[in-house]
Amino acid sequence: MDFLNILSGALGEIISPTTAAYALAALGLALHFGYTGLLNFGQAGFMAMGAYGFAIATLTFNAPFWAAVLVALACSVAFAFLLGIPTLRLRADYLSIVTIAAAEVIRYIVTTNQLTDITGSAGGLNGFAGGFYALNPFPEGTYNLGFITLSARDLWVRVVAWSVVAVCCFIVWLLVRSPWGRVLKGIREDENAVRSLGKNVYSYKMQALIIGGVFGSLAGILFTLPRSSVQPANYGTELTFFLWTCLLLGGAATVLGPVVGAMLFWVVLSLTQGLLYGAIGAGYITFISIPQAGQLRYIMVGVALMLLMIFRPQGLLGNKKELVYS
Amino acid sequence: MANPTPDESGTAGVRTDAVDYMTDTRPIASEPAAPGCRKRDPILVAKNVTRAFGGINAVDVEYLEVPRHKITALIGPNGAGKTTFFNLLTGFDQPNSGEWTFDGTSLHGVPSYKVSRMGMVRTFQLTKVMGKLKVIENMRLGATRQEGEKLSKALFKNIWGGREREITRHADGLLEKFKLDTKREDYAASLSGGQRKLLEMARALMADPKLVMLDEPMAGVNPALTQSLLDHVRNLKSEGMTVLFVEHDMHMVRNIADWVVVMAEGRIVAEGPPAEVMKDQAVIDAYLGAHHDVDLGAAEGIEVLEHQLAQDKESVVGTADEGILGHGITEQDGRDPDEGRDRKDAP
Amino acid sequence: MGLLFALLAVFAALLLSAPAGQAQTMAAPLSTSTPAPSPAEPTGTPESFPNTISGVLRNAGQPVAGVTIRATGEGFSGEAVSSATGGWSIGVPVQGTYEVELDVSTLPEGVTLAEGAQNPRQVTFANTSNAGAIFPLGAGIVVQTQSFGELLVERMLAGLSFGLLLALASVGLSLIFGTTGLTNFAHGEMVTLGAVLMFFFSGLGMPVWLAAVLAVLGGGLSGYLQDSGLWKPLRRRGTGIIPMMIVSIGLALAARYTIQLFFGGSTRQLPGARSPQIELGSVSISQNTLISLVISTVVVLVVAFLLLKTRIGKATRAVADNPALASASGIDVDGVIRIVWTVGGVLAGLGGILWAYYRPGVTFNMGQQILLLIFAAVVLGGLGTVFGALVGSIIVGVFVEVSTIWLEADLKFVGALLIMIIVLLFRPQGILGRKERVG
Repeated sequence: MDFLNILSGALGEIISPTTAAYALAALGLALHFGYTGLLNFGQAGFMAMGAYGFAIATLTFNAPFWAAVLVALACSVAFAFLLGIPTLRLRADYLSIVTIAAAEVIRYIVTTNQLTDITGSAGGLNGFAGGFYALNPFPEGTYNLGFITLSARDLWVRVVAWSVVAVCCFIVWLLVRSPWGRVLKGIREDENAVRSLGKNVYSYKMQALIIGGVFGSLAGILFTLPRSSVQPANYGTELTFFLWTCLLLGGAATVLGPVVGAMLFWVVLSLTQGLLYGAIGAGYITFISIPQAGQLRYIMVGVALMLLMIFRPQGLLGNKKELVYS
Repeated sequence: MANPTPDESGTAGVRTDAVDYMTDTRPIASEPAAPGCRKRDPILVAKNVTRAFGGINAVDVEYLEVPRHKITALIGPNGAGKTTFFNLLTGFDQPNSGEWTFDGTSLHGVPSYKVSRMGMVRTFQLTKVMGKLKVIENMRLGATRQEGEKLSKALFKNIWGGREREITRHADGLLEKFKLDTKREDYAASLSGGQRKLLEMARALMADPKLVMLDEPMAGVNPALTQSLLDHVRNLKSEGMTVLFVEHDMHMVRNIADWVVVMAEGRIVAEGPPAEVMKDQAVIDAYLGAHHDVDLGAAEGIEVLEHQLAQDKESVVGTADEGILGHGITEQDGRDPDEGRDRKDAP
Repeated sequence: MGLLFALLAVFAALLLSAPAGQAQTMAAPLSTSTPAPSPAEPTGTPESFPNTISGVLRNAGQPVAGVTIRATGEGFSGEAVSSATGGWSIGVPVQGTYEVELDVSTLPEGVTLAEGAQNPRQVTFANTSNAGAIFPLGAGIVVQTQSFGELLVERMLAGLSFGLLLALASVGLSLIFGTTGLTNFAHGEMVTLGAVLMFFFSGLGMPVWLAAVLAVLGGGLSGYLQDSGLWKPLRRRGTGIIPMMIVSIGLALAARYTIQLFFGGSTRQLPGARSPQIELGSVSISQNTLISLVISTVVVLVVAFLLLKTRIGKATRAVADNPALASASGIDVDGVIRIVWTVGGVLAGLGGILWAYYRPGVTFNMGQQILLLIFAAVVLGGLGTVFGALVGSIIVGVFVEVSTIWLEADLKFVGALLIMIIVLLFRPQGILGRKERVG
């Protein structure tokens, strides 16, 4: 069992582009749930909108990189708007169910065989990240960062991904300490009180939904860039629940919580996976096989979610006094 | 802050001295006091406002005018429809029919947040302060005209910073008046029930409203704080605001109300100055029921009651459906159950 | 909290006792080597693929063996030979569309394809891991075109059957919501549990009826344990309903993959899964669907009777309506909730068994697949109302089946979800739900 390899692999997760994508999507969720109290269980749907919007714009319509990104974001805004109209008047529990339904509808649509030409249905789409890598300023070669070695492509993807995360964190930070953010915090606790103070609650909720959704779609694009492939099976409810785990782990009503949560999530997952696989491979553990170890991960996440909400609902960085939902 | 209005004599354009609202003794109503009477200077006029829930009329107000610069109390037994009426007027519920205007502007179909912006603010029966926000943040939330609340301007502190400072000054002033300034940085969840009521009232004043509607401001407040709350409500009038409040506490009503409106079963049954209204038979009946003056302790009293009930068309006493209501009361005394009872035709 | 750690200990014990080397996992959002989300590459023998295309070959009622069937599509090609019972099954890696062809040169002497039979034909997966294809032989099944009316009636019957088995799960969910405020995301796993237990018990050689009874009792037991071990302690602590909902999500994840650990990722059939078609006039319906319809109708009526006429039923409705008021009038709210969870588990388990006959097949995530439909039904009818859940389930069931007349099979759930969203647009509290008063 190569402990050094396992450890470096786990540490590598801290800067991995997938972690960045999860962090960004969870940041969107922080705005939705942490600050506004919207129970959005369809963030996987926003990620799918972003990924597919980008991929389809590039492949089917031959759009250049920036145009494809804009198309993806426009789709995301439209989706948020359409989603918001029926749902923002609903109570929290109804909203959670309707958002899952909406995300699943998106997944059914991209999986159906009727639209194979555009969506690739179950097989998905590949080979649309050319425009992105064409912008890579780093010269060919390998870059050694101590515990990890990256190619020029890997480095570029990470730099871009984490820059986007940083910029979005900054924007969210500015927003939540502004009067606009104050109205959101009021809404998450008591909508009617905020209405009685003259604020158009529906409009604020819609704005929060759109912004958080845009973050989700950006995350969806970042998700697909490392492998230049998008597959519908990845955008199911499991993804949403993983995002919620990252969010709650770090602290739902904080700006850095989603980022810290995503990093912690992936490091722990990678570590346990590495240790388990290594132990099974080396014959230390014989009662489960490798595929079963994969299932173990889901069980771990499930149990972690339960323990988190029971014992530390404010997560790592949260403030218990500001916790609206416990 | 409220601007003093010119004298009602119609000398518009001539600025007279501010009318002292506390000592203004001009008559409130322009007609003799009766349900739906017109007022000299109404701020709120409601016509034919109805709201039915599954066949029952929760609210059925034919006509009501609320006088400006006065404190009006809305009283009535539980279930009379007072809170529902509040909800209808402020846009938190949709009526089945009716029109109402505030300062001349129709409010029918206007959503609740717009109603608030027009100068008509309300508080709630169950206090709605944001426990997870600090007291000062609760107060800042109540302010209006803060451009930073718009998404387009929120990112740029230099645009909204100035107004934020103004708002904070205003908030601090109000907090001091309500004696909550020491709690400024505390989370509102740590306040006592009475302090939360004060906070909700103070927060409502941040918008400089013209009409303040308080839904049971005394409910759940410990008696030591009621005097302070009463003083605050009286102060509102001195600053030119109109107050409409729902209450059960007759002490408060007698103490500070200039005008009383009585609701029962969704309808207005009486209006007038407090002293007169308290003596009105219709009001007493509404609260205590039509047969309240029967002394049930004496044996004759029971017979009188049974006699009255048997005459009452709506009562089941004397009919075959009466169950244990009719007979048995006198039977237990060993008296003849048929004595003093009218027999109705059996179905 | 000792109970949570007990739960963890149980998981650990289960793990240690799980037989190693169970069947393949399903394509997971996390690959096995790096956390980048991509499904595992198809490896291994065709039998270990999680999805199958299958069918039965019969000529004048007699099984036909030795015939080769080929399936091509999704970048994959596979074939199978029909067995002595006439059955054939081709494992495929991905759900999608395949071209399935019967090699007529392998048909025995004197056996031909029926007139008008399509060969090759397109087979599309409809969100279940098994897709069927029937090649009629000889006189075969008279491939007649149906009138629209007959098709509609057939679909509505199927929809009614589906809706009623949904109702079994929905009623439990709605009652749990009404009495405790919890939106139970783990309800799907109680459904799966019923089917899995039935598979297990019938695998031990028990007769079908006994296996079913035991499975349903097992479901009830799981409901009972959930309330006594997890939900009641959380309620005692005063946990809010949103944290409880998230706890149920965690429980659902953990339970689902624990089931997969034991059951594996493939689809298995319950005994008697293949049932003959019954002709009712010009409409045909599978015998299993008909039995399911009858059973669920009876059970729903029994539940309705219990709720309306018995003391416990009235107490349950009182608690679902207003727990504080019910408690103040002397009703043992905790006791009622315990019963609701147990009965909810029983109903969900039965629903799972019927769902396994309907799909057909038992899969570790079969409950998750209809969880959304259950939610749609409950929300459509009005969260917290039992009759709303019933009405909502029937609407969802009929919609799902009738929509296949116009929509492709793999989109049939979309219609039901969209209907839910549209109804909520106009009636945010659901059909039979109540609006909340402000203030």
